[in-house]
Amino acid sequence: MALTRKTRRMYFIGLGLLGLFGGAALMLSAFQDNLVFFRSPSEIAANRPSPTQRLRIGGLVEVGSIAKTGENVTFSVTDNEHVLKVSYKGILPDLFKEGQGVVAEGTMGADGVFAAREVLAKHDENYMPREVADALKKSGHWQEGGAPAKE
Amino acid sequence: MITELGHFALALALAVAIIQATVPMIGAARNNVAWMALARPAALALMGLIGFSFGSLIHAFIVSDFSVVGVYENSHTAQPLIYKISGAWGNHEGSMMLWITILGIFGASVAAFGENLPPALRARALAVQGMIAAGFIGFILFTSNPFLRLDPAPLEGRGVNPILQDPGLALHPPMLYLGYVGFSMAFSFAVAALIEGRVDAAWARWVRPWTLAAWTFLTLGIGLGSWWAYTELGWGGWWFWDPVENASFMPWLCGTALLHSAIVVEKREALKSWTVLLAIITFSLSLLGTFLVRSGILTSVHAFASDPTRGIFVLALLIISIGGSLVLYAVRAPTLEGGGVFAPISREGGLLLNNLFLATACATVLLGTLYPLIAETLDLGKITVGPPYFNGVFVPLMVPLIVTAGVGPLMAWKRGDLAAARLRLAIAAAVALIVIGVSAALQHNNWHDFAAAGGLGLAAWMSLAAITEWWERVKPLQSGAFGRLRHLPRAAYGMTLAHLGLGVVIAGVTASTAWKQEHIQTQAPGDSISFAGYTVTFEGAADFVGPNYSGQRGSFAVKKGERVVATLTPERRVYIQPQQQTTEADILTTPLADIYTVLGDPQADGKSYVTRMYYQPLVPWIWMGVVLMGLGGLVSLSDRRLRIGAPRRAAAKLNPQPAE
Repeated sequence: MALTRKTRRMYFIGLGLLGLFGGAALMLSAFQDNLVFFRSPSEIAANRPSPTQRLRIGGLVEVGSIAKTGENVTFSVTDNEHVLKVSYKGILPDLFKEGQGVVAEGTMGADGVFAAREVLAKHDENYMPREVADALKKSGHWQEGGAPAKE
Repeated sequence: MITELGHFALALALAVAIIQATVPMIGAARNNVAWMALARPAALALMGLIGFSFGSLIHAFIVSDFSVVGVYENSHTAQPLIYKISGAWGNHEGSMMLWITILGIFGASVAAFGENLPPALRARALAVQGMIAAGFIGFILFTSNPFLRLDPAPLEGRGVNPILQDPGLALHPPMLYLGYVGFSMAFSFAVAALIEGRVDAAWARWVRPWTLAAWTFLTLGIGLGSWWAYTELGWGGWWFWDPVENASFMPWLCGTALLHSAIVVEKREALKSWTVLLAIITFSLSLLGTFLVRSGILTSVHAFASDPTRGIFVLALLIISIGGSLVLYAVRAPTLEGGGVFAPISREGGLLLNNLFLATACATVLLGTLYPLIAETLDLGKITVGPPYFNGVFVPLMVPLIVTAGVGPLMAWKRGDLAAARLRLAIAAAVALIVIGVSAALQHNNWHDFAAAGGLGLAAWMSLAAITEWWERVKPLQSGAFGRLRHLPRAAYGMTLAHLGLGVVIAGVTASTAWKQEHIQTQAPGDSISFAGYTVTFEGAADFVGPNYSGQRGSFAVKKGERVVATLTPERRVYIQPQQQTTEADILTTPLADIYTVLGDPQADGKSYVTRMYYQPLVPWIWMGVVLMGLGGLVSLSDRRLRIGAPRRAAAKLNPQPAE
């Protein structure tokens, strides 16, 4: 069965549409429950998220707030306006430091402590996560010129 | 002095690039042979100037000339030589120098080896290369000059970030850039062909080796990056669906599609305008990747400290090159003649499906990567799109792709016989089902285990189908097998290896995702943990001093049953400059799994430590599979047909078509 150019074109278009719709359907279903919102400590203080919602928080690690007992770590994240306590089990990333920017992903516990499942590592010590910079700008504590704790 | 010469050479290179971008292009339009001929010496001169410039930068790093800002910020006298050198491209300015150096090498190789290219096509392709070079050299000179001086010169540098001091990462950027920039060749040829209004089998044959080379490097580059993240970050993961990883993965997906569709153009003169579009999109995604990484616009674990003016410059480059080439495509593509007709069930049909799935996968990754930006612009809040999204869309698209990839190579061109292929693939299908059955029988706690069983089945299917195709062509059990073995084109071996490699990668990805075990605990010396038949005993940690760091080295005895199979010594290092702590995982690699140990913080008693261990089934298969894929690319690249002979436009006579 030799296909004419026209039927072949129809095949192409049909396949293309199939790919488009299939892809779109997959994306929508995946988007539905997999978007993770970013909240600053001030936003969380103003509006406590439900314990089932996965979210990202970020700010500066408060100086002197890191407490380790065995593999359990707690520290506080601040946007210099509000402070949020974070708990984490495991080994913190190498670039985790007091006074530096940090982003953590997890859920808000009923006790008001953010249970982090993941603490993001940064490759560059001068680098400030954009969300953190924006959160600091919003709370009016941003110092122009990048990360405050630059060496 | 050498640094100033390097700076001067770079400025001169900009002038040469502008000449290369304009004169041959005008010459080709006016049919002026002398103007067109200028492209070759210009490309060679450009290569020489950029090479000298980059060389002088590396020289400054080797001799630790801290009067150069880049050296001061990214080097230190105590660093081992290899990391002094790799420090040259371990930062923004230097990595852009590496980018254009590779661009120069590719341009010069077209000039040097493009003997049999039609002069007009060569002139135009090199002119497009010149435009890209001019854009990026301008970017470096005006926004990210690596040759800026400090006065007075500091006595000591700040040192390169310790996590970047790793052999994997010394090689990762050059490999990745060879891939990214390599796709600029396909792009240049595509644009040149659009201007010429002619795409034929000969064109595809010139484009293929460049695409293949770029694809091979990109595959190895991504593999190296993944391996580095796995061994160095101490998280036990090899892929995070991080924006920067996606930035390298999108050109790979699209480039893989291009690699396959170029075959259709070469063999059957079909899918021409689609292939040209893919070439444009692949390089555009490489540029987008550069933009995403360089602008710091997305939060990523890889982000460099960034500067908004750079982002705007790259964005402008992006708009000009992508927008310009797409407009050109919209205007010129309808003039391209459609080629061979084929039935849906045929080799072409299979390759078309491959393209469909790869392109859709690429689009979904692109959307997921850019969605946080879109959401922010539309004020929908700050959003992260994480691994669950990518796994949710990517895996369902890969399943039919892998199924097709098993069948496709067994189809004849033009019209294939599905029933016959089914028969020939019976063994592969049966083995795949057995693998699924065995895996499900061994592990069936939740639906993840069944999904993983399916993944292993797909891996078996993919690998065995690749071997079946090779077997059928060589017929090892019949007489004359040796001759067939020898005369089978290298490109065929390349495909078998690459498809086999993909099967191996899938097995590794599946098993390590589904059955990875993580154990975090505080251990005193003598404490042990048991998992997967292994017992790992912490034997304590001691202080030690390295070349530019000091720290503690732990000792773990790994036992299988009663037998000690290895002693692992993960480290916690504190680097002298910059003062930074890193953890060095130590990994025991066996054919079936990795035992991965990390030493964490010491406890108050001074003897106990927080430790982290992973049991990583089949992870070594991922690297093995990537190497096989890269090897497939190299073997295919060595195919005679790509090196010599055929690329003559005379082929077009057999298949008369209007030139415009």
